[in-house]
Amino acid sequence: MVIVKTAEELNKKYLRDGMWPTIFCNGCGNGVVLEYTLWAIEELGLDMDKVVFTSGIGCSSRLPGYINADGLHTTHGRAIAFATGVKAANPDLHVVVFTGDGDCTGIGGNHFIHAARRNIDLTVILINNFIYGMTGGQLAPTAPVGSIATTAPYGNIEHPFDICLLAKALGAAYVARWPVFHPYQPIKSVKEGIQKKGFSLLEFLAPCPTEYGRYNKLGDVKKHWEWYENNTILIEEYEKIMMYGTEEEKNQVKQMIQVGVFQNIEKPEFFTEYHKLLERIADKGGKPAKK
Amino acid sequence: MIVITDDWCKGCGICIERCPLDALEESEKLNRRGVHPPQLKENNNCNYCRLCELLCPDLAITVLPDKDRKEESKKQPKQPMLRPVGGRIK
Amino acid sequence: MKYIRDPKRIRDVLGENVQFLQGDMACVYGGLLSGCSFFAGYPITPASEVAEGMARLLPRVKGTYIQMEDEIGSMAAIIGAAWAGAKSMTATSGPGFSLMMENYGYAVMTETPCVIVNVQRTGPSTGQPTLGAQGDMMQVRWGTHGDIEAIALAPSSVQECLDFTIEAFNLSERFRNPVCVMTDGEIGHLRERIIIPDEKDLKLLERVPATIDKNKFIPFTKSQTHNSKVPDFPTFGTGYHTYVTGLTHNKKGFPATDKQKDHEELIERIVSKISDERKKFTMMERMNLDDAKIAFVTYGATARPAETAMEIAREKGIKVGILRLQLVWPFPKEAIEELASQVKKIIVPEMNLGQIVHPVREYSAGQCEVVSAPKIGGEMHLPMELFKYLEA
Repeated sequence: MVIVKTAEELNKKYLRDGMWPTIFCNGCGNGVVLEYTLWAIEELGLDMDKVVFTSGIGCSSRLPGYINADGLHTTHGRAIAFATGVKAANPDLHVVVFTGDGDCTGIGGNHFIHAARRNIDLTVILINNFIYGMTGGQLAPTAPVGSIATTAPYGNIEHPFDICLLAKALGAAYVARWPVFHPYQPIKSVKEGIQKKGFSLLEFLAPCPTEYGRYNKLGDVKKHWEWYENNTILIEEYEKIMMYGTEEEKNQVKQMIQVGVFQNIEKPEFFTEYHKLLERIADKGGKPAKK
Repeated sequence: MIVITDDWCKGCGICIERCPLDALEESEKLNRRGVHPPQLKENNNCNYCRLCELLCPDLAITVLPDKDRKEESKKQPKQPMLRPVGGRIK
Repeated sequence: MKYIRDPKRIRDVLGENVQFLQGDMACVYGGLLSGCSFFAGYPITPASEVAEGMARLLPRVKGTYIQMEDEIGSMAAIIGAAWAGAKSMTATSGPGFSLMMENYGYAVMTETPCVIVNVQRTGPSTGQPTLGAQGDMMQVRWGTHGDIEAIALAPSSVQECLDFTIEAFNLSERFRNPVCVMTDGEIGHLRERIIIPDEKDLKLLERVPATIDKNKFIPFTKSQTHNSKVPDFPTFGTGYHTYVTGLTHNKKGFPATDKQKDHEELIERIVSKISDERKKFTMMERMNLDDAKIAFVTYGATARPAETAMEIAREKGIKVGILRLQLVWPFPKEAIEELASQVKKIIVPEMNLGQIVHPVREYSAGQCEVVSAPKIGGEMHLPMELFKYLEA
């Protein structure tokens, strides 16, 4: 049931006093993702005493500081490991992880892989701006080939990371990727991700006009947001064109980034299975299998 | 009608650019950051779609429906509407 | 489903009161008796047995066990679990301890209670995985970047592994700081007779939970309900909406990275909350020190050959005593100063190239001769080797 109807009421209910306005640059996608998450939580009607936000280090990871709920701002790349511990000690809490492209796919890749493999009930909101924004614009693992950054001044020669495909291969319960220039799909997706019992990955393609946009000559805020409109395509449309389209259309869409819901499956969640294990051994008197 | 929290606006221009009815423009006043917050144009067609409110990264705009809302929403937009995802309608 | 400590269930799982047990398993028993409900670990010789013991016994007392993907993830998970209300523990050895340093500093900065068992082995790097050493004693104090105060215990027997793990949980809950139990490969794999303490003899401390009005509660300052520099603990999920960060923060928990006074106040409180109370919780054992002219200052595994060497020397008429440090950090300065004024020579046998000998030398303030007796390579000192230092 939606009680809050306007942005003003939303900010009074969910944000900490005196922390707003944010430290984000103008045109940054991080603020927009924060709004979408708050609208999704409002529509779900969650009890804010039972929601815990964890985050790593970076621009995206500053988000929990603005929300009036328990927050854990941890070390670089390890947000998902901390979130596993929080969930283990109190499985009734909803744990939402804010992380960035460098934080999750770079230094935190290992923790991401194993949390997805175990299917721990977390909602990972990964804000992908193709660059390490907070430290001044260094190359990120998700940056497209040929993009410029301070540590790749002659162009990036490495291939980017497609994290949604990796999550799909690991069997994560819910995988989706959305750009931020239109609100309704992201809000619905965040709702589905939080409600899903299992590992949900929501990747948001957020613009970074100050670092990525500036180095790669994508123009000002307006043009940068338009770049996302022109270079993203829904998965279903992409597949339709690949099957039935002309050669010209196929060439046009091959370079575009696919967005949409990649995977939405039901799968046994780690702590539900763990509690079943506890019941199973309690019945049998607790003797483990002989070596 | 819209209510703007002036000091929170960072002047990114997303609301002005993204309004499907082109109903917003930059105002003359300067806020604490030295940017011009938006305002509704004199002759505007605002149909209360709330896209500006949902897209603003700083929650600086609040859209409040006026009493004569039903009449306003019957007016046709002068420019083509943006498609939900993907490119613009050609 | 939250964990509730059930003494009867724990006793059923642990078994008889007198057992013949391995050092690593004694750490497991100590953890379970304290009410540990979360263990996250990674296999590493010689600490794998702690993880295996926890994997077998923790589900039987309705706790949670996870084998994480690496030691960094293990340390992260136990901090997260501590903030959600659990008593948590991990176990590792040298290479893993080096990996945990960043998150160990995070636990100090955010004042999180947790216990780390470091079953030391020879280093540096992979070294000799199956042989013990004492090479991490300085790392536990200075290994993480920045200014911290460390609490480290060094057991010398399997019974002490059990007792000191219980004491480690008590100290970590009392001071909201991570506590390390520094065993080594020798004591960790040694089997000895232990006695499990009765429930009435166990003294367990719990963290003080935050109970005052949510609008008046200030998370990172002196306690608002009792006289202590340790703040009350606002567990996640109880409605206090705390923001916990590793950045320098002000009293309310928000980042204050450009304020010199906030950083000074924060770090001085975090360090002094432990160092002010040091004399009240320091632990050591004195043997034959009343009339001693030469003394061994030992800790951990080297206390055993030192004791034999002392007995041999006493039979020959040499007046030798032992000061065995049970709590090594924060370092007991006054005890060393007092000892140095009484004896002519202090010998510090260590299974490393000389680490604790440095603070001993510093605090003896030149009053007597301080000699280091190092031995590396995984073999413990032989009593006759230590005896040679006494004759010289």
